[in-house]
Amino acid sequence: MGHDHHDHGTGHHHHDHDHDHDHEHSELSETALRVRALESLLVEKGYVDPAALDELIETYETRVGPRNGAKVVAKAWANPEYMDWLRKDATAAIADLSFIGRQGEHMVALENTPGTHNMVVCTLCSCYPWPVLGLPPVWYKSPPYRSRAVANPRGVLEEFGVYLPETTSVRVWDSTAEVRYLVIPRRPKGTEGWPEERLASLVTRNSMIGTGLALDPAKVKP
Amino acid sequence: MNGAQDLGGQHGFGPIEHDEDQEPVFHHEWEKRAFAMTLAMGFLGQWNIDKSRHTRESIRPAKYLASSYYQIWTEGLIRLMLDAGLVVPGEVHIGHKEVTPRDLHREPVRAHEVAAILSRGGPASRDIANGPKFAIGDRVTAIRMNPIHHTRLPRYLRGCPGEIVLHHGGHVFPDTNAHGQGENPQHLYTVRFAARDVWGEHANPRDFVHADLWESYLAAA
Repeated sequence: MGHDHHDHGTGHHHHDHDHDHDHEHSELSETALRVRALESLLVEKGYVDPAALDELIETYETRVGPRNGAKVVAKAWANPEYMDWLRKDATAAIADLSFIGRQGEHMVALENTPGTHNMVVCTLCSCYPWPVLGLPPVWYKSPPYRSRAVANPRGVLEEFGVYLPETTSVRVWDSTAEVRYLVIPRRPKGTEGWPEERLASLVTRNSMIGTGLALDPAKVKP
Repeated sequence: MNGAQDLGGQHGFGPIEHDEDQEPVFHHEWEKRAFAMTLAMGFLGQWNIDKSRHTRESIRPAKYLASSYYQIWTEGLIRLMLDAGLVVPGEVHIGHKEVTPRDLHREPVRAHEVAAILSRGGPASRDIANGPKFAIGDRVTAIRMNPIHHTRLPRYLRGCPGEIVLHHGGHVFPDTNAHGQGENPQHLYTVRFAARDVWGEHANPRDFVHADLWESYLAAA
């Protein structure tokens, strides 16, 4: 259940799972062996080229990620006409920054306002706007988030440290088709006149999923 | 299908192990290879995304819920390849060719082709002859159904009243496309449901949940 990062120093500790750590470890090794066998087989059969696999991995490890989405958000904050374009045709507006293609073919931008907060989930699998956010984090794909984001979004937001007033309308978007959603977080106060690049530094991945807010400039090192 | 994948509204999965943006893209070397193989094999066009999803959600619930994400992908890929006759079980086990590969009349995808394939993506929008049955602002109800085949109408929304807020034009219909029964495009809408109409009186009256639903999932309210 998305616990496959226990042993990789990501700062998570699961005391209640310690007892099956060994079991889990051997199971992971088993998976690693199964995947290795599969790759050998598919290469031998001429179905995949390992260099193409390397290229796919490198693309999503180094070139496609949430910094793309942050550029979209920063441009929308700095440029009302661009924000308007995003509202009317997010696919075209985002394509204008060259963020196109797989898992971003049909984009909708969701604009947070003082009265509304948007949050995105895929309860049925893991749909996520790859060209602007890269591949989804484990929690986004895991049962705790997928089960509760639709039923108790305010509780989920509190787990992420986001406390919204009762009067804010929380709008959850379950990505059940091929439409992909990008949240445009609210622009923080105290950023008037900032250039886009500096604005983008305040835009976190979670703020574009809707499980976070843009960073407070007072708390960011210059 | 009412499989383990349909998680909306379920209880008991515990806290969300979120990471404050610090998480690496992949957590193990094998995850990278499983991810890339799934994409590269998909590029060969032997199945579509709806069939891939259906294959993953057909994993027995106990196994699905006990598997990590890329374990589910790996299992799904193996089943897709077995089903397409690209591999046989013994080969998967030993990692070595036992039967002559099916000739796909094409080379594997090469590294220099990857960027263009990803950029092209796979749009699901299709021209559709008939006009939309619903307009933005219309009140609708998500139908009650429990099909054993693939569907993208989550259980928690079945029977709930909502309102059309976006119309996306014709999109490939996953319920048939997953089963080799054709794309049969239908009008796709984003439907807004009041949280109280879905979850009951304890929900905040200002909250809403939305889903992208095909026309045949909806009835006029």
